[in-house]
Amino acid sequence: MTKTSFDNAPCVELKSLDELWFQVSGTLCNLECSHCFISCSPHNDKFGFLSLETVAGMLEESVKWGVREYYFTGGEPFLNRDMVPILERTLEYGPATVLTNGTVLKPEWLERLAAAEKRGVYCLEFRVSIDGPTPEMNDPLRGPRTFERAMRGVGLLVEHDFLPIITMTRTWDEADDHRILDAFRQVLADHRCARPRIKLLPRLQIGAEQRRTEGYGEFDRVTPEMMDGYDPSQLICTHSRVVTDQGVFVCPILLDSPDARLGQSLADAAGPYPLRHGACFTCYQYGAICTNPSSRNTG
Amino acid sequence: MNVASGGTQHANVEVRVLRFAFFGGVYNNYLALDAAIRDARGRGVDRLYCLGDFGAFGPHPDRVFPLLHDAGVECVQGNYDNSIGNDLDDCQCGYTDPRDNHFAQISYEYTYENTSRPNREWMRGLTQQLQFAADDIRFLLCHGSPRRTNEFLWESTTSTAFLERRQREARADVILATHTGLHWQRPLKRGRRFVNVGVLGRPENDGTTNVWYTIVRTGSDANPDSPDFVQTDNAGHVALDVEFIPVAYDHRRLAGEMRQEGIPEEFVETILTGWWTTCLEILPGRERRRGRF
Repeated sequence: MTKTSFDNAPCVELKSLDELWFQVSGTLCNLECSHCFISCSPHNDKFGFLSLETVAGMLEESVKWGVREYYFTGGEPFLNRDMVPILERTLEYGPATVLTNGTVLKPEWLERLAAAEKRGVYCLEFRVSIDGPTPEMNDPLRGPRTFERAMRGVGLLVEHDFLPIITMTRTWDEADDHRILDAFRQVLADHRCARPRIKLLPRLQIGAEQRRTEGYGEFDRVTPEMMDGYDPSQLICTHSRVVTDQGVFVCPILLDSPDARLGQSLADAAGPYPLRHGACFTCYQYGAICTNPSSRNTG
Repeated sequence: MNVASGGTQHANVEVRVLRFAFFGGVYNNYLALDAAIRDARGRGVDRLYCLGDFGAFGPHPDRVFPLLHDAGVECVQGNYDNSIGNDLDDCQCGYTDPRDNHFAQISYEYTYENTSRPNREWMRGLTQQLQFAADDIRFLLCHGSPRRTNEFLWESTTSTAFLERRQREARADVILATHTGLHWQRPLKRGRRFVNVGVLGRPENDGTTNVWYTIVRTGSDANPDSPDFVQTDNAGHVALDVEFIPVAYDHRRLAGEMRQEGIPEEFVETILTGWWTTCLEILPGRERRRGRF
């Protein structure tokens, strides 16, 4: 029997803290994508940068929780001047993944990060957000010339022996997935990325995306009945939390929802969470939308 | 040396055990299994274990089981065996890429259709974990991880803190698993460790055609000259070492039989070249870079 909150939303427990996310550049980004679910921009400082000291403290706290891997997101993580030392420190604790738009990467940073990865046993993954295989598809969403700039970032990553995972938000009909994925694989091959790795993300109809298209409807919600027979490990709130400069939140998607702030420490944030948001419905439908394919956490 | 099953010491059951051999992921590769059993016997191993996934990939599924039974191999159920044993529609491998799922499904349907009912029932009845103690060292055998049969624990994406936690929860000194297809190990506090024993079913994406299994020696049988020899307590009473063993087998014969059975050429290529051609999307970047594709 699924436990529910006062408003009849099913509550899910944090089963095991496998992934710890860091909102490392807050909501600050050099781009202002029209589908961003937390409306990041050069001016949105609702959430700020995390310092190396803050991240280091959380890494240390995370050990007793048995965290398996660490994710860094924003905004654009590489706007944070501590980003390279933060990743170097993290790789002493476990694997790290950075979600970047790829437009501000510098060769000297990647040289240091490649060396840091080689020093240890853990993997450093880069997920580069590009929303289609052409500037015509990508740039209207992410801004002028962002396709070209992001592909230059992909090229730099490949030069430094990384295998970036391209992350595309699906802004087309699902029936077109195959054609678009094939087209992107070809584009990546043309850019010397011979082993393309592509992850598709569903749209999250909140933040800027709510203004671009439309928000969730009244019935786009997870009900207690829907949890019968459902594998809750598909939902990242059963195995993740996100550290921000405003405290620990339930997931990286719901930063604009006041109830998603669970406390100041990991211990504060270990309680159950009610799936009351429209975005929870998308997470329910697609499952494991935030983690890497190698860490897909299914029952 | 004292060995007790089920994690409980029985003072009156004393068995002289020289070495333990651990096999993983047979994937219908009965030729490699036969070679590994012979190799282990040749090295003085007298207890054999297999951590599951007997089917997939290769030809003639039913040829695996007599070898396991005749050699007295104690077995753990893998996700594949759970699927075949319970007549499920797919292998529960959890691939994320449509191409990987396409090939996995071909392989699954072939294996299901060519596995006899008694063998399916035998797989259905297998345990998902085995525990025993030897020389006061508690062993836990599972397929993917102690908490989930189909969990992928890759070397480069699994923190030591995560493994320490699993070890504490499982109350085991040595956790052995397979599932990823790549052997590796990680030392944990106080001489404990996690070991991925590798697989017999296909080579390790390194351009060589051999497959891998693992030998563990404890107590007076542990080799103190081994590079990874560890004392498991401060008093130095208990010792452990782990050795990964490459096994050559008649891979050309296997490839020929796969072609006769109509198994996709992509799988045959892996057997003949040592490079993975499918199931690549779930690899972490670091493991993927070591391969060709």
